[in-house]
Amino acid sequence: MTLLLSITAGVLFAAGIYMVLRRSLVKILIGLLLLGYAVNLLLFNSAPLVAARPPLVAAGSSLPPQVYADPVPQALILTAIVISFGLTAFAVVLIRQVYLVTGEDDLNEMRSTDLPRQEYELPSEEEELEEPL
Amino acid sequence: MIVFPILLPLTAGILTLLTWKWPRLQQWLTLVGTAAQTGLALWLLRKVQAEGIQHVTIGNWPAPFGISVVVDLFSALMVTIAAVVALVVALYSQAAVDERRIRHGYYPLFFFLLMGVNGAFVTGDLFNLYVWFEVMLMASFVLIALGGERPQVEGAIKYFILNLLASTLFLSAVGLIYNLTGTLNLADLAVQMADVQAGGQVTLIAVLFLVAFGIKSAIFPLFFWLPASYHTPPVAITALFSGLLTKVGVYALFRVFTLLFVHDVGYTHTLLLVIAGLTMVTGVFGAAAQTDFRRLLSFHIISQIGYLLMGLGLYSPAAIAAGIYFMIHVILAKTALFLVAGLVHRVEGSFDLKKLGGLYAHKFWLAFLFLLPALSLAGLPPLSGFFAKLVLVIAAFDARQYAIAAVGLGVSLMTLYSMTKVWNEVFWKERKAAPARAPFRPVSAWMWAPTAVLVLLSLLAGLGAAPLLDLAAQAAGQMTEPSIYIHAVLGGMP
Repeated sequence: MTLLLSITAGVLFAAGIYMVLRRSLVKILIGLLLLGYAVNLLLFNSAPLVAARPPLVAAGSSLPPQVYADPVPQALILTAIVISFGLTAFAVVLIRQVYLVTGEDDLNEMRSTDLPRQEYELPSEEEELEEPL
Repeated sequence: MIVFPILLPLTAGILTLLTWKWPRLQQWLTLVGTAAQTGLALWLLRKVQAEGIQHVTIGNWPAPFGISVVVDLFSALMVTIAAVVALVVALYSQAAVDERRIRHGYYPLFFFLLMGVNGAFVTGDLFNLYVWFEVMLMASFVLIALGGERPQVEGAIKYFILNLLASTLFLSAVGLIYNLTGTLNLADLAVQMADVQAGGQVTLIAVLFLVAFGIKSAIFPLFFWLPASYHTPPVAITALFSGLLTKVGVYALFRVFTLLFVHDVGYTHTLLLVIAGLTMVTGVFGAAAQTDFRRLLSFHIISQIGYLLMGLGLYSPAAIAAGIYFMIHVILAKTALFLVAGLVHRVEGSFDLKKLGGLYAHKFWLAFLFLLPALSLAGLPPLSGFFAKLVLVIAAFDARQYAIAAVGLGVSLMTLYSMTKVWNEVFWKERKAAPARAPFRPVSAWMWAPTAVLVLLSLLAGLGAAPLLDLAAQAAGQMTEPSIYIHAVLGGMP
């Protein structure tokens, strides 16, 4: 089981990295999602995977059994899922906003902030802009 | 009581959310909140200085099981400096942030950002560090995109993607280290790491952390998101980011590379030194090509990060102390420079060095406000940058790392060149006598007074270098002796 999960995580990492290297914003988002799943599997795998061994201390003993199902990675994954859910929701809105403002989905067309000399003037801070957030 | 760096911004953030419809009230809440934060941070600093490392476990579970909040001297210093920067930027925002951004939640985000930053400074748990990073990043994502102009969203998307990637790497490193040691408490990790046999795995995890925090702190060759995005939001937001965000990444590097990964110093810390040198050089050369005030300053952020890493890479008590003092210096000077750029923009309506000019003749006080932090950044005595670089270079000589000392001094000269260029273009050369040249616009006292305060603080950090260096040396003493930290967390303190 551990081996299967490791391989799956590896495949997801590879697929995620491939997608992140694409130019389209939506594909990059899919890549980031895949990477998130890969990390969750990696976290899940970070403690021994055993069945029917709850992390309970037996009566009369003060230590849990030698090998037990560790609840910590699951708590970590739960937190990571919640965080990545929020980030994904924000990412979708941001990508939509980028598309509305620039009319582009291609990162190669978004170089205006990378050029040393700016052909455009950044709008001044006090100006009211019509486009709502 | 020591969790207030998290609780206070949280409370203030919620209050500003409740008063969403009354921007004036939000502004006053912000001022009160950041002022209280500064006062309490100073109190915390004194307490830590007097009584040693403070430690609380949430829910009163004993240390490796409960989640620890640990404040050592370095954390307390960082919390204090963050509170000062927040207070200054809050004052500055009164006039510098437009009504529209305030109506879309500028102030609540400001406080949630501060909460994330402080949380990262005081947490004693690796996974919690990840969570605080996410809190901070989430707030910063919205702040950088707030307004939705074309350059802003273009910068925001790059900032977003690369920082998310860094978080993913960070989380995988957390998983791997948990697999290796079975704990996430930093103090407990420090104990367990000493027993780990698999040296190769430890180094792998160390490098994963280096890349993850490296993206967040914009080191060579991972810095490309910074000059692409930092200059796009209003200057108050840029100043806040430049003072706090990359420094949290550097803080995390300092923390893990003094507490956890000290078993193969020959590899990891040499790598840090090489990266430090390259970061300094690329940053300063990048700045040389710029003609936009804020982009130029953004590249200088990168170059200064190199100096901080240099302190860490040398890894001696003196070098770490120099790094901490440098951190204080650079946060004050850099934020002040961004605020001055905002003042120039308010007066002349442009950030373009080619279009500006003649401000020395017409606005002498503005030139003065620029000159002090600029020369401090370049490292001229008796300003704080001089002492920061002096102690760093002495530490490098002590460690017989002559190459990095030479790079540091050379980059310092280049910084001076870059600052002179700004001085010539913005302040010294003749003002363009265009026929329809708009007259100078007035500047609100809300904007120049906080800038002046910050410049004054930066000046004081230089004139009062001896006590500050003492403080930094004490903090470095705690950091280079992990047993103190471990004892404070695991050794049964109340």
